[in-house]
Amino acid sequence: MNAAFATVRRYAGIYAALIRYSLIHEMQFKANFLLWILVEGLWFGLQIAFMTVLYGHTDSIAGWSRWEVVLLVGCNQFIQQLFHMLFVTNLSNLSELIRKGTLDLLFLQPVNTRFLISVKKFEIGNIANALMGLAVVGYALVKLDRVPSVAQWLGFVVVCVAGLAIHYSLMFLLACIAFWTVRAQGIVWGYYNLFNIARLPADAFPRGAYRAVFTWVLPMLLVSNVPAKLLADRLGSPWELMPLIGMAVVCFVASELFWRMSLRHYTSASS
Amino acid sequence: MGKYLHVFGLGIQNTLVYRINFLFRAAFGLVPLAGTLFLWKSIYAGKEPGAVLGGYTLAQMISYYLLVTLVDAVTAVAEDDWQIAADIKDGQVSQFLLKPMDYLTYRLCLYGSGRAVYTTMALIPVSVFIVFQRENFVLPSDAATLSVALASIVMAGILQFFIAYMVALLAFWVLDVSTFIFIQFAFEYIASGHLFPLDILPVALQKVVLLTPYPYLLYFPVGVYLGQIRGVALWQGIGMQAGWILVAYLGARWMWSRGLRTYTAVGG
Repeated sequence: MNAAFATVRRYAGIYAALIRYSLIHEMQFKANFLLWILVEGLWFGLQIAFMTVLYGHTDSIAGWSRWEVVLLVGCNQFIQQLFHMLFVTNLSNLSELIRKGTLDLLFLQPVNTRFLISVKKFEIGNIANALMGLAVVGYALVKLDRVPSVAQWLGFVVVCVAGLAIHYSLMFLLACIAFWTVRAQGIVWGYYNLFNIARLPADAFPRGAYRAVFTWVLPMLLVSNVPAKLLADRLGSPWELMPLIGMAVVCFVASELFWRMSLRHYTSASS
Repeated sequence: MGKYLHVFGLGIQNTLVYRINFLFRAAFGLVPLAGTLFLWKSIYAGKEPGAVLGGYTLAQMISYYLLVTLVDAVTAVAEDDWQIAADIKDGQVSQFLLKPMDYLTYRLCLYGSGRAVYTTMALIPVSVFIVFQRENFVLPSDAATLSVALASIVMAGILQFFIAYMVALLAFWVLDVSTFIFIQFAFEYIASGHLFPLDILPVALQKVVLLTPYPYLLYFPVGVYLGQIRGVALWQGIGMQAGWILVAYLGARWMWSRGLRTYTAVGG
């Protein structure tokens, strides 16, 4: 027990140092830092504008009202921006680490390598965009006249963590393909396309191959839909949370197995 | 002229290296496209059969998105803007100041060759997709419509290139142009009709948007193909498209000559 506690403390200390370093690095380019927040905010505005225009022509999409869909887009933004803050830059960088052989250096550190690869750079600016997402969630809830219970908010935290775990595991898994192909930028880019469907109401998709794949293989239709449904009180029973949590565990285990398999394939580029 | 044909040929050879990458890129791009189509189908499903939204039936709406995907494959700027910015930052443009070669024409040839290879590869997954959606895919009403639409697509490509070129030339003045590229792209994404046909916007907003260069990148050529834009509106649109190409061309030339005055030829 004490040993486990010491490990957690050690890793928390390392993470704090990494965050501090990222912050110092980021503050060298203040104007750029602010511009990026603006760019991300602009894209978020676009998503909401798109939905607003659609609801100019209809009152409901697959049973979702206007503000329920705004809530969904907000939840998606919140989760996606947290994902950007913690992982995206790091995972996109994995193929470069492999190509240049810089990964060797990380192997030699007395820390779990996967941990270092995953969290090395902390994108502080995305906090602002995640909060924008949360603000939109709050506004949509007011419009819907909904006050989620404490249990629902706690559930929201749990499902957001599960959604993050899914995004992280899938993108990590895709990034590991670089151990074979070396260049994997295209694959990482492809993940951005998958992102895009997460903010659409899953009920709009007819039962069939497309919906099945994006629920049970690449669970994009769960990650934002389930949190939004929870807050909007659209869940039939708490059991509807289980597919998301279950898929998070499955994806994480799959990514760890693939990571270990990939490592056996690693041939250093530097020497 | 001969030397630029040579550049075009070299561009083809260079981009052929990325053909598999292009194939994946185009195939991955179909995932959100399918998502958008499902969304529209479910909106139309809530209306009476044969309903018209913003002047589009379901089949026309789906054709609109399929054609946007096709036109986007032909005209979208892939790496060109990043490469131009990098050329300026790394001092690579110096060699063009010494050679009897015009940098803008050189980049235009490379853009053309890149698009030729990309379109060829993208046609594989996109046409498979269109075959699945064939009952909703509208063909042009006659040969004249088709030829005007094709001409308009080529003009859209040229306009697209000039816009990207100008944004990339900002690299003469700022260290990192990527934020500017993304900001420009965000406006383009909504105002060009990539996200939805502009007809479904409120009329006042539509009029404003149609004065910007963006609709002439996607919305206009696609509308011509579908027969949504006809008669006077068609020729006005072609005029606007040509006008914006001229403005963008002059703007690009002007920025280049201003930029060269601040250019310091780093590393070269």
